[in-house]
Amino acid sequence: MKYTDQHEWVEVEGDLATVGITPYAAEQLGDIVYVELPEPGKSVKQKDEVAVVESVKAASEVYAPLSGEVVEINASLGEAPETVNAEPAGAGWFLKIKIADASELENLMSEEAYQQFVEGLD
Amino acid sequence: MLTKTDKTHASEFPGGGEELMPRTEQHKGLSQEEPLLFETGSLETTGVDLREPEGVQDGLGDLKREGPIGLPGLSEPQALRHYVRLSQKNYAIDLGLYPLGSCTMKHNPRLNEKMARLPGFADIHPLQPQKTVQGALELIDQLGHWLTELTGMSAVAMSPRAGAHGELCGMLAIRAALENKGSDKRVVLVPESAHGTNPATAIQCGYEVRSIACDQKGRVDLSDFRDKLDADVAAIMITNPNTCGMFEQDIATIASEIHACGGFVYCDGANFNAIVGKVRPGDLGVDAMHINLHKTFSTPHGGGGPGSGPVVLSQALAPYAPLPLLIKEEGTYRLIERTNADDVDAFGRIAAFHGQMGMFVRALAYILSHGADGLAQVAEDAVLNANYVLTSLKDVMTPAFRGTCMHEALFDDRFLEGTGVTTLDFAKAMIDRGYHPMTMYFPLIVNGAMLIEPTETESKESLDQFIDTLRSLAIAAKEGDIQQFVDAPVAAPRSRLDETQAARKPILRWTQGAGA
Amino acid sequence: MRYLPLTDADRTSMLEAVGVTSIADLFGDVPDDVRLGKHLDLPIHKGELEVERHLAALADKNVSAGSSAFFVGAGAYRHHVPASVDHLIQRSEFLTSYTPYQPEISQGTLQSLFEFQTQVALITGMEVANASMYDGSTACAEAVLMAHRITKRKKAILAGGLHGQYADVTETLSKYSGYKCIQLPRSVCDEGIENIELDDQISCVVVQNPNVFGQALDVSRLAERVHEAGALLVVVVTEPLSLGLLRSPGDMGADIVVGEGQSLGVGLNFGGPYLGLFATRQKYVRQMPGRLCGETVDADGRRGFVLTLSTREQHIRREKATSNICTNSGLCCLAWTIHMSLLGEKGFTGLAALNHEAALKLSRRLARIDGVELLTPTYFNEFSIRLPRPASEVVDELADRGVLAGVPASRLFDEPDLENVLIVAATETNTDEQFDLYEAELRKAIQC
Repeated sequence: MKYTDQHEWVEVEGDLATVGITPYAAEQLGDIVYVELPEPGKSVKQKDEVAVVESVKAASEVYAPLSGEVVEINASLGEAPETVNAEPAGAGWFLKIKIADASELENLMSEEAYQQFVEGLD
Repeated sequence: MLTKTDKTHASEFPGGGEELMPRTEQHKGLSQEEPLLFETGSLETTGVDLREPEGVQDGLGDLKREGPIGLPGLSEPQALRHYVRLSQKNYAIDLGLYPLGSCTMKHNPRLNEKMARLPGFADIHPLQPQKTVQGALELIDQLGHWLTELTGMSAVAMSPRAGAHGELCGMLAIRAALENKGSDKRVVLVPESAHGTNPATAIQCGYEVRSIACDQKGRVDLSDFRDKLDADVAAIMITNPNTCGMFEQDIATIASEIHACGGFVYCDGANFNAIVGKVRPGDLGVDAMHINLHKTFSTPHGGGGPGSGPVVLSQALAPYAPLPLLIKEEGTYRLIERTNADDVDAFGRIAAFHGQMGMFVRALAYILSHGADGLAQVAEDAVLNANYVLTSLKDVMTPAFRGTCMHEALFDDRFLEGTGVTTLDFAKAMIDRGYHPMTMYFPLIVNGAMLIEPTETESKESLDQFIDTLRSLAIAAKEGDIQQFVDAPVAAPRSRLDETQAARKPILRWTQGAGA
Repeated sequence: MRYLPLTDADRTSMLEAVGVTSIADLFGDVPDDVRLGKHLDLPIHKGELEVERHLAALADKNVSAGSSAFFVGAGAYRHHVPASVDHLIQRSEFLTSYTPYQPEISQGTLQSLFEFQTQVALITGMEVANASMYDGSTACAEAVLMAHRITKRKKAILAGGLHGQYADVTETLSKYSGYKCIQLPRSVCDEGIENIELDDQISCVVVQNPNVFGQALDVSRLAERVHEAGALLVVVVTEPLSLGLLRSPGDMGADIVVGEGQSLGVGLNFGGPYLGLFATRQKYVRQMPGRLCGETVDADGRRGFVLTLSTREQHIRREKATSNICTNSGLCCLAWTIHMSLLGEKGFTGLAALNHEAALKLSRRLARIDGVELLTPTYFNEFSIRLPRPASEVVDELADRGVLAGVPASRLFDEPDLENVLIVAATETNTDEQFDLYEAELRKAIQC
């Protein structure tokens, strides 16, 4: 798994990247009440705003960790946004991107780097 | 992407679903449970006696509604009881000190209410012939005169229906003035400490927002301002006194530098109560400022409106004020209501009709009652009361800044560090002691902010009681007596409400057979 | 001074407690050169009696509706309001409370908002309504911005029968946000509205019903065409009482219904404060501007109400908010919902029937005057007539004879064709004697 400094995670399988927000982000946001996802088919560039996640008192943008086309979204979050709190790195995934440029993966943080980054924040 | 918030977790709330409807066995003394109108009223009940129609043949055909709407009615005694019981579940200025910072919850004089209900003001139509409403137009003119004199400005647009609406009006006047000069400036500077309405307004006016840093007192950081100022800047939106309750000492410098670049100064007048009769924004170089009549000039907040937000304008912006325009010709008042009717540069129209007349009457009654001398006393007492609270609590709570303040005392949450009590808990505990909480978590630049604005209409005794209460709460928190904070409120009509459930599965109306 | 409780002794002791010698020290951050050294050249304070005299003298210069035969409408209507409405809204706990951000001690306001939202949804035939906007005109402009957000398109079509000032407000707010309004030609009956051309850039069509001239429309065919074009239908209602007699906008296919709530409970007030109504379909709720009240439970499992979905609002989203609005029209909203509760189904539909009947009676009297032509065949409590002379002149003359005869279309629209058109409203507050007086005076004014 790879990470961004905006607290998104990415898991790559072939040319497909699954994207979600990290357990740290989910914890900081508190109870998530709504997730706004893009239409499948949308093309995004790395660091574009691609989704919005809302708690009661805050709305935060989720940025595309990689460029490509959104090919699938986790529609179940519409009915059950609480999944993001329960399983941020699993069933609470947001969307899948067909990767346009694999070299962008190099801009992302490793697990270890991200942990260090988070510790630095507190 | 992160915005950290105080959390209330869904798991702390029971599932609900059954027996939610208030029941009579839940009455406690004078606090009575009250079901929804839809659970008590019936389609057959009514609180009005109307005569029977005479049966004149209509020609509506299939435009007529078929079937019932489903509106329950109440007889008059049922209606009185329903709404009086509901009223008793609200906190109010008339019940106690209402320390909401940046809201100016001062006393609402009842003379204002009486005057607004005179038939000559309350029972006149905005579109009846102008010769039949000369007194109303004269009243608007008189209030406008007071507002321009008190602010040292050239003109006033009276039509904005609330503060944020006034902000929109002032910023559109700026945009119109710039466009008239052929300028295509695209950027509005907004300090980090600003109210959220400021950036929202700038965007709605078609501008990009450039954020400027603040110093530790929330004041505009002059060097960052200078870094961000360029030919692209249309305006700065500044609040004075600012959202931390501090006077922007450099405002005149900021104004002259932005004017030199061809831009304008918009001032958010939310905090005008601190300086009314003492300082005139026009003397500071301000080009436009809205005035919340419901704050400084005591028109009632009414549970969230209606407000009124006239905008005073500098000479440079005056020609662009929106319709309608009020002019006086040979002793007669006249409204200009259409752009092409006369040769005017108005930027357009922001609301139908001529403004919040009911609020104008109240505000003028308030202003006449105080006079120029009394208004200056208002500002002085408001500032004195806030400083008294600040000084009296600084040994047990932590003021966000050293020194004195203007009309608001700002504390942060350092005094709660390590106690396990959050700003939110502290505020909710105030409810159990009979007070409405202060403004919390605003301004955003101060951690766990608690912003207290006592206003000038509190007596010393009232302030002393309030101070004693906060003092004892602060001490209790430090002594580890935290249960009363975590559970709070227990003495209110409701304990903490599950806002997560409300937002996840919104129930925004009553529906037959649903839920309870 | 009667509103200031501090005594001089209090001030002295408080300054001492603060540790300063004078009040000027507390204004120390204000640069010397901008401090006002003396009081402005404005009057000093006055007692209650003097203020009453001053304001009563101004009020006396106006001709109030109740002191004349009154037929003025065009977006604001005069109805009888039960005495208990004004009594209840003056309860301190409603009048002097703030926005219900602390729900534990604001359930009174919140529950009444929830009831209000339900009533608005019921009469408009929509699924959800918000807790009100500033007024009808700003609600109209916000509805157009919302349609742009939903459809991601940038052009709105405004019907010819939309209130002129509503159109101006919508045009003003759209223009500066980079959107376009296409104003259809003014037309008393919105002729041909269902055949307008719609392309794939149109986000919405805004139609007023009954329109500003009083004509009641069937917009269901228009709704179908608008939906086929992937756009939304915005219906504006300036007289909500009409919904007691006419089919609801929701029933005719509206996607957003906005309106002016003034006619129920609020009163004329020379144009404000008024009450914007805003209703839509459930699926668009997150794109809706304004405050919303929702049902939930408290920590003890009891039903309660809170403001919800506030992440749409400016204090959280700042530059990404759906709108810059941060107040509603709270107390007017309360007056409206109390009036509606007192009416109930029976009173609401009964009052609507009386209003329609009043308009029928008056229009028949006026239309039988030679030279007067009824322009609106189908109407609720307001209709338009064409006079043989400019309507504004006739209105001025009748005002001198105790008849406030209506609104000349020229007051709202800058179109020579409409110069002789007069918009006339009749409500349950009018009597047969007033109808007779109006007929007689109008006959005189035209025939002289």
